[in-house]
Amino acid sequence: MDYQLTELQQEIRDIARQIAEEKIKPVRAAYDEDGNFPWDIVKVCADADLFAVFLPEAYGGLGGGIMELVVATEELSRACGGIALCLAASALGTIPIVLFGTDEQKQKYIPDLAAGKTVAAFALTEPAAGSDASAIQTTAVKDGDHYVINGLKQWITNGGEAGTYVVITMTDKTKGARGASAFLLEKGMEGFDFGKKENKMGIRGSTTRELIFRDCRVHKSQLLGREGMGFMVAMKTFDMSRPGVAAQALGIAQGALDEAITYARQREQFGHPIISFQGIQFKLAEMAMRVEAARALIYAVARSIDAGDTKCAKESAMTKTFASDVAMYVTTEAVQVLGGYGYMKEYPVEKMMRDAKITQIYEGTNEIQRGVIASNLIKEYASKK
Amino acid sequence: MKVVVCIKQVPDTTNVRINPETNTLIREGVESIVNPFDEYAIEEALRIKERLDEPVTTIAVTMGPPQAEAVLRQALSLGVDEAILLSDRAFAGSDTWATSYALSKMIEKIGDVDVVLCGKQAIDGDTAQVGPGIAVHLGVPQITFVKKIEELTPKKIRAERMMEEGYQVVESRLPVLLTVVKEINEPRLPSIRGKMRAKKAEIPTWTAANLDVKENSIGLKGSPTVVHKIYAPERKKDGRVLEGEPADVAVEIVSELKRLSLV
Repeated sequence: MDYQLTELQQEIRDIARQIAEEKIKPVRAAYDEDGNFPWDIVKVCADADLFAVFLPEAYGGLGGGIMELVVATEELSRACGGIALCLAASALGTIPIVLFGTDEQKQKYIPDLAAGKTVAAFALTEPAAGSDASAIQTTAVKDGDHYVINGLKQWITNGGEAGTYVVITMTDKTKGARGASAFLLEKGMEGFDFGKKENKMGIRGSTTRELIFRDCRVHKSQLLGREGMGFMVAMKTFDMSRPGVAAQALGIAQGALDEAITYARQREQFGHPIISFQGIQFKLAEMAMRVEAARALIYAVARSIDAGDTKCAKESAMTKTFASDVAMYVTTEAVQVLGGYGYMKEYPVEKMMRDAKITQIYEGTNEIQRGVIASNLIKEYASKK
Repeated sequence: MKVVVCIKQVPDTTNVRINPETNTLIREGVESIVNPFDEYAIEEALRIKERLDEPVTTIAVTMGPPQAEAVLRQALSLGVDEAILLSDRAFAGSDTWATSYALSKMIEKIGDVDVVLCGKQAIDGDTAQVGPGIAVHLGVPQITFVKKIEELTPKKIRAERMMEEGYQVVESRLPVLLTVVKEINEPRLPSIRGKMRAKKAEIPTWTAANLDVKENSIGLKGSPTVVHKIYAPERKKDGRVLEGEPADVAVEIVSELKRLSLV
């Protein structure tokens, strides 16, 4: 199907695909095994300009938007959803700077992130604050021209590896969600350390770690947006970034479909390739339909966001929820098509199934997303009267 | 400093087929690619630019039909500064002598070239003659099968030549021509910026008229090589691998040789 990609988007797709095939596929199993951060692949992506695709030209980007990020993430994820997450998570940590940063903050941080000299991370989740983000305990207390940050962030993708962090804190607990503020932090700042590195089920080519703040003093110029805007920063960022996570899920699903078809064509049972059996054909057809539907939805929403649609919370939630459910379904079916071989680590589909699972959980669980979709529906229909 | 890298468009032999009647390559429908050995030459040109403090201009050249421009765009997408296509019906049918003569004239016209880089050979003809031929026509020293540039200054070069066993260290003054082997580096991938730039780049085409070439030294007329016959080598019967304990295998080999009346 021809999605009428622009020239830039085609170049992004071609280069990301080449990197996926030539650089990521040979090493994905090793990264899945050892769980190290794939700096060598990050460098390859950086040299190819992939970190720059969605960033403004004024700050060293290629001037693309969410659609460009989606194309890059999808292609990289086709080979490895874990390694691709290094890029997608860096985008999650960079988007709030694009959306809410002052010109000075943008000049300071975006060029290096666009060049892939460092990666970014976004820190909201805490041990007691997951789906209920308003329950965060990390505090930032004003002290003259500085804020003093204390607390613990958990499960932060790119944690410990990233150079730039957007951290959501409470500046005024009495105001609840309106008392949150976002800060720009840098690795190496005094009082900012890293804790436990998680041993995960999937996306093991990506690092997930705790951030620890002990009397970390930051100048007020590091405040991202105004005081009290922390949750707005987070929510607007997620509206923009969810299609990227959806693209990660889409890529994982497409990769699993590729593997399933390739295998079904060569695997013979009862004297025939198993792809000649209707039971397998129906599975592949169902998988392909869902993948294509996910792609069409993600591309449409990404393009709408790039065209200036700011009220996209519902559709953005739909992309992430739908595509991640597709990824879980398709990867599980791919394992089934490969049978016993699919269950073994010699083939990549069991890893894809493990990688797919997280996409239903992070950047807002699919249950929370369905809630977002429903609350938007209720609002829309209520306002029609 | 000026570095010229000579590249060739070749059929992608990973999926080439042979016409069994004529024993020639079936070129129709076969994708053209940059000769893989030339990719290492391009990469080395870029690395020379990166390693030297003084400014370096890198120029990719190729001789071929108009569609050979595609390989020059690929070189540009990787970061080569300029590209020039040498294309003229008059060059058709050139053998390695005539090709290296024409390319040497091209390099002379570019002028003040310090280093010429070539892949060690092309994967279609496999002759490994064009690089050395250019050096001879230019009257400059050549270092073939280079696996490492140890030192490079505007005046001289010290390079390691790949030998069957070990390597040979050779020093030369500049200008010099190098042919490189794949051990020399790992070619980079293009960048998106590079590809967008390469797409828009204007690539000048030079013809025979642009060069100071003798008419009877180019094309078919200038090509002393005569191909009498091309054929695919006869397929030898498949060998057999004997496996097992050395003592048992030895007994088996001897009895097999006896059976074949070879001992």
